[in-house]
Amino acid sequence: MDQLLQFLISGLTVGSIYALVALGFSIIYNASDVVNFAQGEFVMIGAMSAIFMLKAGLSYPVAAFLSIALTAAVGLALEKFAIEPAKNATVVTTIIITIGASIFLRGAALLIWGKEIYGLPPFTSNNPIRIGNATILPQNLWVMLGTAVAVLAVKYFFDRTRMGKAILACSFNKKAAYLVGINVKRMLLVSYGLSAALGAAAGLLVTPITFMSYGSGVMLGLKGFCAAILGGMGNSMGAVLGGLLLGIIETVGAGFISSGYKDAIAFFVILIVLFVKPSGILGKEEAERV
Amino acid sequence: MKRLSGFVLFALACIATPFIFPDNYYVTVVGLTIFVNIILAVSLNLLMGYAGQISLGHAAFFGLGAYSSAILTIKYGVNPWAAMAAGALFVLVLSYVLARPILRLKGHYLAMATLGLGIIVHIFFVQADQLTGGPDGISGLPTLSLFGVPIDSDMKWYWVLCSYMLLSVLFSLNIADSRAGRALSAIHGSDIAAETMGINTSKVKSHIFVFSALMASVAGSLFAHQQNFVSPESFSFFFSIELVTMVVLGGLGSTFGAVIGAFLLSILPEVLIVFEDFEVLIFGAILIVIMIFLPEGLFVALRNKATMLLSRRLGES
Repeated sequence: MDQLLQFLISGLTVGSIYALVALGFSIIYNASDVVNFAQGEFVMIGAMSAIFMLKAGLSYPVAAFLSIALTAAVGLALEKFAIEPAKNATVVTTIIITIGASIFLRGAALLIWGKEIYGLPPFTSNNPIRIGNATILPQNLWVMLGTAVAVLAVKYFFDRTRMGKAILACSFNKKAAYLVGINVKRMLLVSYGLSAALGAAAGLLVTPITFMSYGSGVMLGLKGFCAAILGGMGNSMGAVLGGLLLGIIETVGAGFISSGYKDAIAFFVILIVLFVKPSGILGKEEAERV
Repeated sequence: MKRLSGFVLFALACIATPFIFPDNYYVTVVGLTIFVNIILAVSLNLLMGYAGQISLGHAAFFGLGAYSSAILTIKYGVNPWAAMAAGALFVLVLSYVLARPILRLKGHYLAMATLGLGIIVHIFFVQADQLTGGPDGISGLPTLSLFGVPIDSDMKWYWVLCSYMLLSVLFSLNIADSRAGRALSAIHGSDIAAETMGINTSKVKSHIFVFSALMASVAGSLFAHQQNFVSPESFSFFFSIELVTMVVLGGLGSTFGAVIGAFLLSILPEVLIVFEDFEVLIFGAILIVIMIFLPEGLFVALRNKATMLLSRRLGES
């Protein structure tokens, strides 16, 4: 029982990170029908730039803010220089473009930051808190809290603000959105920036626990993709739910079976979901247009 | 005959190359990698280009073939050819079972499913170290011999892989002009339209999936014997991506497009090596630029341009 509680704690922690990545995935997918394979690189860039800004002597909050801003700028650049020029591209083409972008960003990170593995200091003290026989680190709580705040902020943005609603309008029907006077191009840019910022936040939150290197983004990105599908592709709150669930399933599975197969368990679950209910937990069954 | 003139030219070029450049590193070492990559790209193109089904896990079947050969010959002393056949049989059954549920999916879902399959197989290679030797892999495969002749030099491997490669290309060219090929391109155009024309789409799709997996499996077995070594690294997610890139780079749906794509992507690392640390960055940039400006692929774009110029010339005279 204590063991299960411990798994739940670490599962929710990883799950929160997957949730943020998946949320970024679904924002971009909704706005532009693109599955962004460079989503994991946003996480890596956010974390790595913060690490090096801290090293350069900036204070933690400033470094955190600047690294999120920098990653958002990378997101904007991705949309501007790689997605926008490839209008009317097929699914396969956009997949390759974003894969190219992820390789490019990884290459840039390798050049700038090298191959070493880095960590970030925890936000606050590192004294474990005991709950029964399970322990929880303050950073685990920060991850969950940070994720909750980010998710609520995104929800508020899409439900309550003009710009959020404009982006939603674009995702339903770009032409109609354009006709009512929404600047579709700018909305696409905003959604890439927002999604990149979410990725960077995920990177900042998780790096004190798991460390980061130039190649760490790949698996995180793929897991985010898994989570987005598990929750229902294109459904933002589904993506969050999918992320949390995937984190818990993976951690519990790894704990009871073998930690070496941790990643395999996640993908196995996704295969089963795809075979049984491809639309995911919260996704609507789509009728195919002929 | 005109239909196959391109193939004959290509075959002659492959046969002539080692005579023109004997003992050349690029022919006997890089050349072998190029052949293997061409076989894989051509087999993936059957699925992606002809039938329009994306696969981000093709390296899995390549790896299963390679590991079957390595494990069966070294641990169980099975004859290399029998091991190759056993590997192919295993891949046949596996891909047949998986074909229907996987190919029911479309677009991003299909991408995710094939990607997941590839990653699971790769993790199995790394983790099941009792069987696969773990991250270190297995080395010391026995020498393969053909009609009593041991294939024990780079030059002999050149002829073996060249033959298999040419067979694959020929097969792929022929299938395009067959009933099955027309059914496939109908499916590529529209599943539903193909179905209403009386094509059993799920059967045709799963057949081509199985066939493409089989070609990759046999290529894997040959690769394992040629390298004399298998390790999980050669069959990772990244290699699957590289294969997809080869197919799309050359031109989706064109056999020679796949050949050109495989050729370019195999020599690219050799060229980019002078840029050292910039290699990864440049590779990514090339991928993006080509996909933005030539989404139909290098070979197909150039071929269309050439035919256009040619027909204009003929029209004028």
